[in-house]
Amino acid sequence: MTAGGAIRRWWPELVLFAVLVPAPYLGGFVGIGPDLLGRILIWGLFGLGFSLLFGYAGLLSFGQSAFFGTGGFVCAYLLAEGHVQNTLIALLVGTVAAAAAGLVIGFLTLRRTGIYFAMGTLAFAEMFYFLENSPLKHWTRGENGISGIPSAQISFGMMSFEVASGWQMYAFIAALFYIGFIVARLIAGSPFGAVLTAIRGNPQRASAVGHAIGRYKLAIFVVAAAYGGLAGGLLGIFQSYMPPDAFKLETSAQLVMQTVIGGAGNLLGPLVGAAVWLCLYEILQHTFAVGPYWKLILGIVFVLLVALLRRGLCGVVEDVFVKLADRYKGKRIGETSVGKLGIFAAARSSTGSPVLQARALSKAYAGFQAVAEVDFSLQEGEIHGIIGPNGAGKSTFFKMLAGEINPSSGQILLRGDDITALGATEICQLGMSKGYQINQLFESLSVRESLRIPALARARGKFRFDIFRAAHRIDDVERQVEAALTLVQLHDRQDVLVHELSYGEKRRLEIGLVLATGANILLLDEPLAGMSPEERAHVIKLLRSLRTGRSIVIVEHDMDAMFGLADRITVLCEGRLLDEGSPAHIQKSQAVQEAYLGGAKEHELA
Amino acid sequence: MFSAQLFLSQLFNGLALGLLLALMSMGLTIVYGTLGVVNFAHGALFVVGGYVGYSVYALGGSFVAAMLAGAIGTFVIGLALERILIRFFYNRPAEDQILVTFGVGIVLIETIRSLYGGISKTISLPSWGQGVTNLGFMLYPTYRIELLAISILILGLVWILLYRTKLGLIVQAGVENMMMVNVLGINVRRVFLFVFGSGAAAAGLAGVLASPILSLAPDMASHILVLSFVVVVIGGIGSFGGAVLGGVAAGEILSLTSMVNPAYTDAMLFAAMALVLIFRPQGLLGTEGRN
Repeated sequence: MTAGGAIRRWWPELVLFAVLVPAPYLGGFVGIGPDLLGRILIWGLFGLGFSLLFGYAGLLSFGQSAFFGTGGFVCAYLLAEGHVQNTLIALLVGTVAAAAAGLVIGFLTLRRTGIYFAMGTLAFAEMFYFLENSPLKHWTRGENGISGIPSAQISFGMMSFEVASGWQMYAFIAALFYIGFIVARLIAGSPFGAVLTAIRGNPQRASAVGHAIGRYKLAIFVVAAAYGGLAGGLLGIFQSYMPPDAFKLETSAQLVMQTVIGGAGNLLGPLVGAAVWLCLYEILQHTFAVGPYWKLILGIVFVLLVALLRRGLCGVVEDVFVKLADRYKGKRIGETSVGKLGIFAAARSSTGSPVLQARALSKAYAGFQAVAEVDFSLQEGEIHGIIGPNGAGKSTFFKMLAGEINPSSGQILLRGDDITALGATEICQLGMSKGYQINQLFESLSVRESLRIPALARARGKFRFDIFRAAHRIDDVERQVEAALTLVQLHDRQDVLVHELSYGEKRRLEIGLVLATGANILLLDEPLAGMSPEERAHVIKLLRSLRTGRSIVIVEHDMDAMFGLADRITVLCEGRLLDEGSPAHIQKSQAVQEAYLGGAKEHELA
Repeated sequence: MFSAQLFLSQLFNGLALGLLLALMSMGLTIVYGTLGVVNFAHGALFVVGGYVGYSVYALGGSFVAAMLAGAIGTFVIGLALERILIRFFYNRPAEDQILVTFGVGIVLIETIRSLYGGISKTISLPSWGQGVTNLGFMLYPTYRIELLAISILILGLVWILLYRTKLGLIVQAGVENMMMVNVLGINVRRVFLFVFGSGAAAAGLAGVLASPILSLAPDMASHILVLSFVVVVIGGIGSFGGAVLGGVAAGEILSLTSMVNPAYTDAMLFAAMALVLIFRPQGLLGTEGRN
């Protein structure tokens, strides 16, 4: 790596280092002492976990106080009662306890998304407050909190020294913050972090391309809880007193507001937010006229930021830098050689036996039979079309094949194995992937980052906590991305954000996502819908070229394209199998003509 | 160990508390059901209503006037909020809606704190609510019986408004498909404005009604918000019946647990919520619908 490259990659670490080291000297000039700096760092550390949780994974929790309090009280109890002398051990135990609490609360609250998650986390945090206050009073001393926490004692094997309050304490907290920051940066830049951003952007698609999103969410929730626990433990040691307020909703609220003010999607955001919040608090407190109104003023600032600058202060700075960088940056030149798109090696099935088979597949909704007893089979290397008038049950049938909805009855076999009700994630990991009629993309990612998401699922399986790798530096993943980019001809658009693409480009990316999963069975729902004639010609050519090593099922309304492409065609009508055969057979079929042209005949008679 | 008498009285207590909780949560659930917005300022509006009522009550001594003032005051605040802020968030992610309403709640509470101070206010019972009444099986505070009747009356009125009037029909249709209702020539924007204002008014009215029992303080907003959340999570958010069922369930849990060990009332409530989240995440009467 060149020096320039290293700076580009590690600039946040460098900036932070350049701030933390001289802070004690510079702080003196503006009247900021070790006490305020220490509190800013503790809240910043707390916010790092929340930033990963909310800014990266999109999970807005109002219950982080539960972990701040748990870590804080466990650590404070151990130290104040003299059970543990080494501060580092006490912090570690507190952090682990908070992570364990995170595992339980996360398991319960992550069952629902959005509002339920926010309400659930808030309610459970309140429960922790009550537990601290009543049933656990004997250990936590209830409303009094735990006082008399001894000054920090650090031991590594034989070495042991005491951390005095003041600047030594600042150095201790700053060192832990720096480590916490590096870990958070590793997580954010790792394949694990890349999947988190995909989950925030489009959870359904992230799951459909083969990621077990529930486990990713739970993992980041536990990580955020651990950050909270560490910060809580530090707070107790820092002020030699652990206040019961740590468990209160106000703690979670301050964390949410600070982080959003600083910028939740940026890892420097929490520190900036904590600095702004605590400094404003100090300043407003000492300005006599507005002293009592400090929280009102901060509340108004917060509402304005959410309404107008949702990405927070760091987001604004980042936008300015990106604009400047764009102005001075030349065109990116493709440097990686294009390889061949990797596909799952098709398991050898005995010749002639179907790759994919549906037996008497049915789906009934309350009083409505959408699909009734449909048999279907796809041969190895075949392009198989499904057609039918509107309302024939094509989409429902397709969703069942892809594992997105469970059939009411019937069976689906993939190379002879039963995959009925296995779910889209598992099915994708087995090598079958679906492209959607209505684009299901990761709108806030670039084209290249988007294609990396399915490629990562193929390379890493449905879940992995691999934080020590960089998401964009895994060779076979990048080769896969390049190959997919080339196939769907989006190579020169790879750095463009998805929401800036034209409709036709988005349609191609939709197919690209399916290809990048490496699936050898493709289910494509109207791949030509809404495309211009040239784009259609390109996609039809692409689909033909894809059949080597793959089997494809296509639902399509463009009959000409379908009769030209497909080896076999299945016709559905009113949820039932109407006919099946070669394109020539279907074109001649009396039943099919009636199903489609019944209305036209009446029209002719009139 | 426990006499049947005590059990019966706690059961009744739970019902009275439960219907008050239902009243508290109703505004939250209707606003969510109609607009798809969870109002995190709900607890703050409850407190604002309580304080408006407190001022009017201190001024004229009429509790009925206080109730009206609390409801109307929060209704107007609700209308203003919807016009100035909330309507711009209908098409933004749920997380943004939560953040902005939460921020609004902080601003409202801090405004109250700067006007009235942070110390709690006790509100005396209205003259018609003092003393106890003999119910035959027990003696019960008169105001609590009246509160029970008022809660049933208001919940009944809301039910009629939602399910037996043209406006209610429009609201229900708007939940299903707002664009279609708009195309049919009905001004959905005005309906939404009215619904948000009514949700706020429901919170404010509940604030006035509860103030003689709970005593008012700015800091109670978060607890009220949490209680409302527990009620709607148990009952199923967006469902009118869910708010009532969830409220009564929560009231009975609190009341019956306090008979055994008052220290565990809240813990039991959250345990019940955890069970609902595990076994029926959409709530007792909720549907998958939105979300």
